[in-house]
Amino acid sequence: MPDGLINLTVDGVPVSVAPGTLVIEAAKQAGVLVPHYCYHPGLPVAGVCRMCLVEIEKAPKLQIACATPVTEGMIVRTQSSQAKDARQSVLEFLLINHPLDCPICDQAGECELQDFVFQEGRAGTRYAEYPKRFNPVEDFGPDVLYVANRCILCTRCVRFMEDVAQEPVLNVSERGDRAYIGIHPDARLDHPWAGNVVDLCPVGSLLSKDFLHKARAWELDKSASVCTGCTQGCNVTLDVRDNVIVRVRPRPNLEVNRYFICDHGRMSYRWMNRGDRIEAPLVKQDGELRAVDWDEALDRARALLRGTRGRRGRGGAAVAIVSPKASTEALFLARRVLAGKEREHEWTGAFQVTMGEEAPLAGVPNLALRPERAPNVKGAELLGYTNGVSSALRVAQTAAVVLVLDEPDVPAHGAGALIYLGVTLPESARGADIVLPIANVAEEEGTFVNRDGRVQRYFPAKPAPGMARPAWWALGELLEAPDRPGSAAEAFDLLAGTVDAFAGLSYAALGVTGKGIGQGAGVPA
Amino acid sequence: MGYPHKPHPRETVVLSKHFGDPEARTYKGWVRRGGYEALKNALATDPAAIIEEVKTSGVRGRGGAGFPTGLKWSFMPKEKTKPHYLCVNADESEPGTFKDREIMRWTPHALLEGTAIAAHAIRAEVTYIYVRGEFTEPLAILEKALAEASTAGVFGNMKIYLHRGAGAYICGEETAMMNSIEGKRGNPRIKPPFPAAAGVFGMPTTINNVETLVAVPHILKNGAAWYKGLSLSNPKSTGTKLFSVCGHLAKPGNYEVTMGFPLKDLLYELGGGMRPGRTLKACIPGGSSVPILNREESESCLLDYEGCVEKGTMLGSGGVIVFDDSTDMVYQIMRLARFYAHESCAQCTQCREGTAWTTRILERILTGQGAMKDLDLLLDLADNMTGKTICVLSDSCAAPVVSGIKKFKSEFEAYITGKKRPVAA
Repeated sequence: MPDGLINLTVDGVPVSVAPGTLVIEAAKQAGVLVPHYCYHPGLPVAGVCRMCLVEIEKAPKLQIACATPVTEGMIVRTQSSQAKDARQSVLEFLLINHPLDCPICDQAGECELQDFVFQEGRAGTRYAEYPKRFNPVEDFGPDVLYVANRCILCTRCVRFMEDVAQEPVLNVSERGDRAYIGIHPDARLDHPWAGNVVDLCPVGSLLSKDFLHKARAWELDKSASVCTGCTQGCNVTLDVRDNVIVRVRPRPNLEVNRYFICDHGRMSYRWMNRGDRIEAPLVKQDGELRAVDWDEALDRARALLRGTRGRRGRGGAAVAIVSPKASTEALFLARRVLAGKEREHEWTGAFQVTMGEEAPLAGVPNLALRPERAPNVKGAELLGYTNGVSSALRVAQTAAVVLVLDEPDVPAHGAGALIYLGVTLPESARGADIVLPIANVAEEEGTFVNRDGRVQRYFPAKPAPGMARPAWWALGELLEAPDRPGSAAEAFDLLAGTVDAFAGLSYAALGVTGKGIGQGAGVPA
Repeated sequence: MGYPHKPHPRETVVLSKHFGDPEARTYKGWVRRGGYEALKNALATDPAAIIEEVKTSGVRGRGGAGFPTGLKWSFMPKEKTKPHYLCVNADESEPGTFKDREIMRWTPHALLEGTAIAAHAIRAEVTYIYVRGEFTEPLAILEKALAEASTAGVFGNMKIYLHRGAGAYICGEETAMMNSIEGKRGNPRIKPPFPAAAGVFGMPTTINNVETLVAVPHILKNGAAWYKGLSLSNPKSTGTKLFSVCGHLAKPGNYEVTMGFPLKDLLYELGGGMRPGRTLKACIPGGSSVPILNREESESCLLDYEGCVEKGTMLGSGGVIVFDDSTDMVYQIMRLARFYAHESCAQCTQCREGTAWTTRILERILTGQGAMKDLDLLLDLADNMTGKTICVLSDSCAAPVVSGIKKFKSEFEAYITGKKRPVAA
């Protein structure tokens, strides 16, 4: 066993953990989930739900796993009859005032009360008293409803607002079984990070109005993704029902966003479901854009690029105007298409980024909704794109070719040819020679580089419409045949083999939580 | 009858010596009665020596838990790296208990003196005396006494603040009290950390009951050996104890007796016995939170920590509640449960839901809607509510229910079978 670790056994499984680790966390490492409600690794310990009572040898009575630090040689039993009885009684107590309206509750299917009752609760109730406690539904804030009747008073929401958001607008009001979560009479739950209380709520008591009655939990497909709302790069899960994204939730990443995302990121998903997409490649024929198949569009694009390359040698230029929401792979390939392998051709790359107000989450260091409202500003910069498009637009006036990567708001029309890759066909692209339909972030695999230089993968959540393909594929097809990547992973490998900052990184090395640039395995120190 | 009563010959009057003497309330009057001498000597004594003396005396916490006071003081950090705090628990909200109230009403300076000695012993810069919100008269008297004594300069650099509670039973629990002093909701805290490590405002803190502190000057004045000698039964229980006797008794009131005094004599001699034509049915010896004793147990119980445990109950705060044969035990137990359901802080699930559920079952039994299986349910709930929560409020609700069903089952059965007419609950 490594030095400085504490050895204990949980349900007979030996584990070694750092001193100060709580029994509930040590149990996780032993593969044992101790049922719990009030405990959350991102919040201060409350120890109030009493659900995580476990037997610890030599302790005079059951102990709560969430507030008991490990000690050397500790023997923890979560499945002893005493511990199971105690948890069963907590479940019974929690249910006596719970409405059991699971059929109309948004939480059903992902409800910890439902799960643990199913796992180890009593089959029937012994409660034969009055009607259950009733309190009306309350409107807490722009996106949060409080259904008091379902509340089990775990106080996660209170602790989040008090200790993490540091805007203590919630409390426990009243006492005994009359208690409920109260909100300051002059306050609203409108903190920029308030939506996290909905995720933290283990039952269906705090609900998102945005998601209200939209889907049942078991209908949702979940994909790991990265928030596109700003340069923070919060890890998220996209919940998809019938190929429509219906909800964005935080995906824990202790290095980036811990367990939280801001409301701006949470609500930035509707554009991924847009219906007005380009579904086929378009090429200009007789002054009109006409739909063609990919082979024809790509042939035309390759020919166009070959034609301009000659002119570029005589002072002609190539300009790429890109979106900072594009994948690192696509940004790299766009450069490669214009500049060539050894950067022998003259090229200019630029992007612009929408700015907003910063909104930090006070209780977590280095976590904020950042002013730059795009996920891949750092990636674009690392690949040689300039922040700000004005000088690039001047060059574009006389450039031989302009390539626009999904940037609808920059009118990049010059004297030369225009190739537009986009998810929709904006006014600015109607004069393009070639339009290639691409997938959006929810429809492709790729990476973003967050503001701290962390390269993070995102995964497809739904199919792209019509003939739309990922940008890395479309751009890769414009390279010489032997260089064309066959997958997003190969596109990334090409990037990692070319750009020093990414050296040594690969999709396998990045995993689902990412790695910082310069942390590639094979990089010499 | 007049109150306070004249001391009964069998009382050992130490703490209550000056009850009823208005002059003892004033600073001058208190000094004339030998007050503040012990403090003067204590301030010139090494804190460690005082702690040792108190340890030797064997005095134990009078708030209910009976933890050895000297030992508690010795838990304060030896190396002083942070400010130390003393909290005086004058929240006395245990139903049936009213000894601290009388101490504060009649001998406020005794409390201040004991407080100052304790603060010196644990090297506390700041003391909070947390006075129960409903104690308006004792608070006014304490305020006056504190002003007088401060003007006289007996406390040196110590800061003593009176903090008025807002009327929550749970704020008498030491960690809830600390939260309340900090301006937070009075919720008990998880232990550890224990108060001596991180108490009020996160600083090392000792919490002592009023009666405990009032005994301290006497211990220092007369010596630990004298105090230790005040014991009629078990040598682990020493000193005198004020018992607040209430209920169906000819002469209710506070009686100060030596540890180990028979409960029977307290009731029949000091308390004047039952009302005419009535006999004893049951007794709760230590405030509403401890198990109920039946007549036989009461009449053979010795009033010290060990004697009560022997009878399956606890000495608690010394609030003796007496029930005669006219009492409806089911109703009384429901009233107790209802009290705890009302006062539960709502943190722990078992307590929040269990106290209320227990109350509702008892109410249902009283209204004639009970079933025999309800008794088993009550006992099972009580078991689920015992030893599983942050503080002991939940256990306190369960204790009278369990002992009540065990000892007075026939009364429950009478309601369930319809032998007894239902009552409005």
